[in-house]
Amino acid sequence: MEFGNLLAVVAAGALLTGCAATAAEPETASASASSSSKRSAKAAFPSTYKAYPSDNIVITGATIFDGEGQRIDDGVIFMSAGKIVSVGGPETAIPTDSTIIDGTGKYVTPGIIDVHSHLGDYPTPSVPAHSDGNEATSPVTPEVWAEHSVWPQDPGFSRALANGGITSLQILPGSANLFGGRAVTLKNVPARTVQAMKFPGAPYGMKMACGENPKRVYGSRNRKPATRMGSLSLTRQTWINAQEYRKKRKGAKPPKRDIGMETLAGVLDGDILVHNHCYRADELNQIIDMSKEFGYKVTAFHHAVESYKIADILAKEEICSAIWADWWGFKMEAYDAIPENAALLQQAGACVIIHSDDENQIQRLNQEASKALADGRAMGIEISDAQAIQWITYNPAKAMGIADKTGSLKPGKMADVVLWNDNPLSVYSRPEKVWIDGAMLYDSSDPTRRPVSDFELGQPGEGDVK
Amino acid sequence: MKHFATILVSSLALMAAPAVAETIAITGGKVVVGDGSAPMDDATVVIRDGRVVAAGTSVAIPANARRIDASGKWVTPGIFAGFSRIGLIEVNAVRSTNDTSAEESVFSAALDVQYAINPFAAPVAVNRAAGVTRAVVSPSTAKSIFGGYGAIVDLGADNDPITKAKAFQFVELGETGHRRAGGSRSAAHILFRAMLEEARTYSRSPSLFDSDLMKASDAKALLPVMNGSTRLLVHVESANDILKVLGLRKDFPSLNMVLVGVNEGWRVADEIAAAGVPVLASALTDLPEGFEDLSATQSNIGRMKRAGVNVAIGMINDRDAHQLRYSMQYAGNLVALNRVPRATGLSWDEAFAAISSKPAEIMGMGSQLGSLKAGRQADVVIWTGDPLELSTQVERVFIDGVEQSLSNRQERLRERYRNPTPGALPKAYDR
Repeated sequence: MEFGNLLAVVAAGALLTGCAATAAEPETASASASSSSKRSAKAAFPSTYKAYPSDNIVITGATIFDGEGQRIDDGVIFMSAGKIVSVGGPETAIPTDSTIIDGTGKYVTPGIIDVHSHLGDYPTPSVPAHSDGNEATSPVTPEVWAEHSVWPQDPGFSRALANGGITSLQILPGSANLFGGRAVTLKNVPARTVQAMKFPGAPYGMKMACGENPKRVYGSRNRKPATRMGSLSLTRQTWINAQEYRKKRKGAKPPKRDIGMETLAGVLDGDILVHNHCYRADELNQIIDMSKEFGYKVTAFHHAVESYKIADILAKEEICSAIWADWWGFKMEAYDAIPENAALLQQAGACVIIHSDDENQIQRLNQEASKALADGRAMGIEISDAQAIQWITYNPAKAMGIADKTGSLKPGKMADVVLWNDNPLSVYSRPEKVWIDGAMLYDSSDPTRRPVSDFELGQPGEGDVK
Repeated sequence: MKHFATILVSSLALMAAPAVAETIAITGGKVVVGDGSAPMDDATVVIRDGRVVAAGTSVAIPANARRIDASGKWVTPGIFAGFSRIGLIEVNAVRSTNDTSAEESVFSAALDVQYAINPFAAPVAVNRAAGVTRAVVSPSTAKSIFGGYGAIVDLGADNDPITKAKAFQFVELGETGHRRAGGSRSAAHILFRAMLEEARTYSRSPSLFDSDLMKASDAKALLPVMNGSTRLLVHVESANDILKVLGLRKDFPSLNMVLVGVNEGWRVADEIAAAGVPVLASALTDLPEGFEDLSATQSNIGRMKRAGVNVAIGMINDRDAHQLRYSMQYAGNLVALNRVPRATGLSWDEAFAAISSKPAEIMGMGSQLGSLKAGRQADVVIWTGDPLELSTQVERVFIDGVEQSLSNRQERLRERYRNPTPGALPKAYDR
């Protein structure tokens, strides 16, 4: 969990040298993104992900949650060439040259998406040598990129796939810093390189943090921020610097490239999405005011355990809350968490995302959504099963800027699909098969369709069901 | 709210449970005894003076009984958390509210959680409302491999949480023991042996006890561990560490051990079963969190069970002070494994026993706690449905036959912000 990770912070500075900073040239208006010698930040470390081979697959007779709040009984879904071709009721046409899977009694959802994960940058084994999630050497590190920490061999990726049906996830740097750095969106495919996992065309996210973590990490070293007011002052000053950089960059004589400032300017330009770790309702509101002061938008508040206190404000501002179902009490700013948070947000018309921030609960995001749904219903808020599935599919995709490509079962989208052996909102349900871009990358009945990371090869338990 | 609100009248609460001599008949529900037997439809549970009188389909209802209609509901023993730190922590990161370990204390084995457990800690009320009625409460270790004495507690809303004080001693002998002992498992094992030997020395002449290794109080605390009259809960994860711990009984044959954690137990399940050592295992850990967990799998408990290990669910170091309410979800997940090819889970009946009668039995209290068999303390929960299912809610909770308030500050916050916009006065006036 993030609290544990933070306690385990170790300085991992060496990872950050040797990146684009040393070799790159100043970006100019004429710099071509395709020119390898003048590669801009936008094109650095490009995705090399390619979909794995797929067949024409038809699943019939299943209950389908489409990810955008609709449920189809006795449904049919057809995927071909890695894309979803059609989704509908029993009348849906079935192409003859397809593999037909009988989904009777089973359920189909889009691939599950976690907007907040540290797989790869806090991988298991959780030994200090692997602690790559917090560049906790300065409270302002927008220059670091989570993808430069991600270890593709983290065994956690395969558990998230097999038990959680996770097909896409955003890897964030940690919350020690006010500006934690860039996040990266991955497709959950085993790979030798991070680039081969990078979700093609996904915009970058940037991690920010407010509250206890930055002030604890730096305050304990007798440096700023030691208080919440210190945090806000440092954050605002950094935005002022970023505004200045951005202005100069558009001028006739652009400044020397600064990869931290490039990220901040990207936020101000609206190209990079802000994911702000922030718990308390009063602080969420402070951040909203600050974002207006500097002209950027918070895409999602993460760990926003007190969102329910200002659900009306969050709905009006169109900011998502990425939250746990029921975590609470591990620190003061998590003391007022309640399990009805998601339901109260939904009731207010605000955007709800259930996230994990955890290598175990990412395996059960469906169950977390189910608990949040049940607690809402128990207090009399009507939410459908299909709406709860949206909390872990379309809504996170929207907050990650990839909802046009995945997150729901619409024709033309990536065929990221999970076939569950029962209602995914039941504790008794597990993924039976998972497709990513139409390629079947997990099949519960086939031991060969279960990834084994390099780390696990030759170790006790290799290839076990887990 | 819908539950009767203020059970916490202090004069009542000062008395030891059971506080109310009452006969209650819970009728018509689907009754789970919790001993591994199958649920019974349309059954009755009779409670009198804080104890279970009977549970079954042909139970006579005493004339004076208060009747509670549980038709369409499930009735079970309360959830027994097999390993926890409930009542020892209010907020983990607020050190002054965290009594699990004593980093600066000169004592180790002599520490005793009975003086720290707070029955009014918010996590107690939150987990009570979720159906958790009893728990094993353990200290954590700090400067030694021994953490001190743990207790069995109830989660009732009264001043007296202790069911059994000094119920066990807690020791770390895996990776944490390696760290606590000074940097190796060799150090942990020699420390363990040396401290037990010192306890023997202490017993011979307490007044002359003078040790470089430990305080007299710690030696005194380890005596009942050595002679087996107090259980020793040993935290280990790896197969190798488990075997080494089982081997301790060659030199200390009286040790009354229970293994805790045990992520790699399935690899040495036959040896654990043959040793007759029971296990409080983590349910769902399936990642190599450390090198001691390389072969962790969710099938661990199922495989140990099949090998004849006496196993219940505990949740060591897994939000163990705040989220005992995960017990039902964990048990449900073990049932789910039965439908995953090559996985080994538990049957529903076994899974429920793993969070009710099994932990009670493993702690030596099966004749008093953990099931709805006649004579047991009447910890009873009425649920809207299958207690292991995520959608199920708790309707009523009885501890020692006393109906409990399900109110807690999470519920109060929920009601305050049911409509988030302030009314005629600020939210602070909304109670």
